[in-house]
Amino acid sequence: MNQTQMQATPAAAGLPATETRLQVLMVGLGNEIFAIETDMVREIIDPVPVTRVAGARAFLPALINVRGNVVPLADLRIRFGMQKTRQTEDTRIVVVEVEIDGDPVTLGLLADKVYEVTEVSSRHIQQTPRLGSHWRPEFIRFITKWNEEFVIVPDMARILD
Amino acid sequence: MELDPTEIFRQEAAELLDSLETVLLDLGQTPQDRDLIDAAFRALHTIKGSGAMFGFDRVAAFTHDFETAFDLIRKGRIDANRDIVTVSLSAKDYIRTLIEDPDSTDPIIGEAIVEELHRLIGVSDGAVGKATAIEAAPETAAAASGWRIEIAFEPGILRNGTNPLALLDDLRALGTCRVEAVLDDVPELDALDPASCLITWTVALEAPCTVDEIEDVFMFVRDEMKLVIAPLGADEPVAELIPEPVAEQSAPPARVVTAPTEAAAPAEKPVAEKVEIARRSDDKTSSVRVQAERLDELMDRVGELVIAQARLSQIANSSHDLAIKAIAEEIERLASGLRDTTMGVRMVPMGSLFSRFRRLVHDLSRDLGKPVDFVTVGEDTEMDKTMIERLADPLVHLIRNAIDHGIESADRRGQTAKSATGRIELAARYVGAQVLVTVQDDGAGLDTARIRAKAEENGLIQPGANLSEHEIHQFLFHPGFSTAKTISALSGRGVGMDVVKRTIEAMRGTIDLTTIPGHGSSVTLRLPLTLAIIDGLLIRVGEGRYIIPLSAVEECIELTAADEARAKGRSFLNVRGELVPFLRLRELFDADGEADPHQKVIVTSIGDTRVGLVVDQIIGSHQTVIKSLSKLHSDVTMFSGATILGDGSAALIMDVAQLVTLGQTRAESDRAPEAA
Repeated sequence: MNQTQMQATPAAAGLPATETRLQVLMVGLGNEIFAIETDMVREIIDPVPVTRVAGARAFLPALINVRGNVVPLADLRIRFGMQKTRQTEDTRIVVVEVEIDGDPVTLGLLADKVYEVTEVSSRHIQQTPRLGSHWRPEFIRFITKWNEEFVIVPDMARILD
Repeated sequence: MELDPTEIFRQEAAELLDSLETVLLDLGQTPQDRDLIDAAFRALHTIKGSGAMFGFDRVAAFTHDFETAFDLIRKGRIDANRDIVTVSLSAKDYIRTLIEDPDSTDPIIGEAIVEELHRLIGVSDGAVGKATAIEAAPETAAAASGWRIEIAFEPGILRNGTNPLALLDDLRALGTCRVEAVLDDVPELDALDPASCLITWTVALEAPCTVDEIEDVFMFVRDEMKLVIAPLGADEPVAELIPEPVAEQSAPPARVVTAPTEAAAPAEKPVAEKVEIARRSDDKTSSVRVQAERLDELMDRVGELVIAQARLSQIANSSHDLAIKAIAEEIERLASGLRDTTMGVRMVPMGSLFSRFRRLVHDLSRDLGKPVDFVTVGEDTEMDKTMIERLADPLVHLIRNAIDHGIESADRRGQTAKSATGRIELAARYVGAQVLVTVQDDGAGLDTARIRAKAEENGLIQPGANLSEHEIHQFLFHPGFSTAKTISALSGRGVGMDVVKRTIEAMRGTIDLTTIPGHGSSVTLRLPLTLAIIDGLLIRVGEGRYIIPLSAVEECIELTAADEARAKGRSFLNVRGELVPFLRLRELFDADGEADPHQKVIVTSIGDTRVGLVVDQIIGSHQTVIKSLSKLHSDVTMFSGATILGDGSAALIMDVAQLVTLGQTRAESDRAPEAA
């Protein structure tokens, strides 16, 4: 049964048929939950003053200072076409390092809420539901379930491309 | 991180070889310079010595002949000339191979080099060493029958790895010695520091050698010792010093010396003070080797410190406690000083890179038979070390091209008004937030017609297409494009310029080519100076703070209501009778908030073109540490980088060159309807 589901999910085609387990950080963005692989997470920081960058792509609107390094701040909500929400006391910045064209690139991801570090398994991979038009399939590696909720495992390299 | 000793030797040798190269090249220019000759000799001597110490026997053996040759030059017995310099340079390369990858090279190469050397200095094979000794003798006529030498090392000398006994052995090699150890300063056993050398020596040297030869023995410890050399028998009866018949080799005195040293083994306090003094005088070290990652780490820490300090300042400002305010101010001062120092540490002057090319030019000019003067300008322009490393390859290509293609042969130059010697200038200078590196030759210049023909042949353009010269020259950066009629070992394969362009662009730089037929061409690399510190003008537009490189700023003026009214619909400003286009940064940056009632105009310029930038507020000058923008922001054109302000927030650095272009374009489109 899993097998058929996986075939039905185009984004999951790259996954091996055997079960893979991923250590992920659960992050809330708008009404969705994203699972970000812990391998790429460097740290989670409280919101810091941001510097707007005129002329940059909409989802990379600002710069922040992370330990003396100036890194871009990405707002994935914009990339996924979600509503922008106000900053709350739960807002955090997840600093990640992603490989782009062979070079490691550090950036901050704005998160409405950070839940916990957990494990997801390819066993629970779900077919991308047709609901929610902002679930852009090309940016999604696969969708899985966690605590009875759908969780998006994003394809960072493609999102940032 | 522990380095094994061999690795340390390798690193040291690499540095020594680099400096040796520089010295040799200088020597090629001024063969009589004694300082250079001495420097070359010392470098060779050290390479030989430490090579032998670390088991690089081939290195030591090979270097020996060159050391001897330079010794002869040093003593004025032979003259340095270009040929000797050339053979020494190839010897230097061979030594490098011997150290880095001994298996890759054949001893035959080494033998050939040594043979060449012997031919040049006119000594038969293998006899160099002896020749010195024999020739040395007659010149020493000035010397008396012998010398009385008093040797007192500084107590700390043993810690530097100097072995006084080995030096005494070296003295013995000069002739019969009577060595006497003076133990007056050696304390009681329980007060003795085994690592301090408190013994002094008096040596009676029975040999007709020169003072120079004796001093040479102590060449490397000369700064850390007292050496008194007096003719034997001058102030003391010789008899007293040679009471026993002096043996051929004075083995017994040697033992006299050894014994107390061993006895001097355990010891301690009274010496401590003296050691301290000695240490301090040793602290002349000019440089320390640090791994680049450690510097990065240090920089990050300082960044964090600055942020923490900013928070402290904020708390202090809202507090009424004067003591806290004072401390916060003190820490602010310290932190900013620390930041500036740390930033500066990573910067390296371009000179270190430029000197590498002198060898390249020397070799190429010899191989191609084109005499070339190589001129470097702006060696003290500083750039981040990693940038400098990455610049090396592109510059090699450019310089090669300049000599191989640019400079004409001496014959052809002779037919023109030019001097037979070509000239290549490598220059670096700051322009705004960038460094300009130019390679300029006074050769024939680019053959636009031939480039065009080649481009047509390769099908890159339609025959007869209407192209500007500038556009045609861009084909040179096309992969696989070469107009060289024959492929030489050096260039003409069509790889190179495209690689150069890609490398420069990967560094967020640009490359530009200009040429004047008959007068030469020049390639200009425009590079951002990552991490470099520039003087910036901190300004505010809306709620955002930005940096404008101060070097691009001409003046700041107020945008009066009258100006506003006059400028209506157009973006021109009358600056003392000249029309200067201006850009409203508020519009450009889509700034939030109300515009300040008194807008300021900052007139910036790049070259001859000027543009005014309208801002809300001028905050002041700011020491700006440039951080390059992330790859993710590579599509951002208005900014060349970012920096971290005192309060820890980031600020963008404006790319004035881009803004000026933008201003000009707008001005032109403004002007167009006016003219119509």
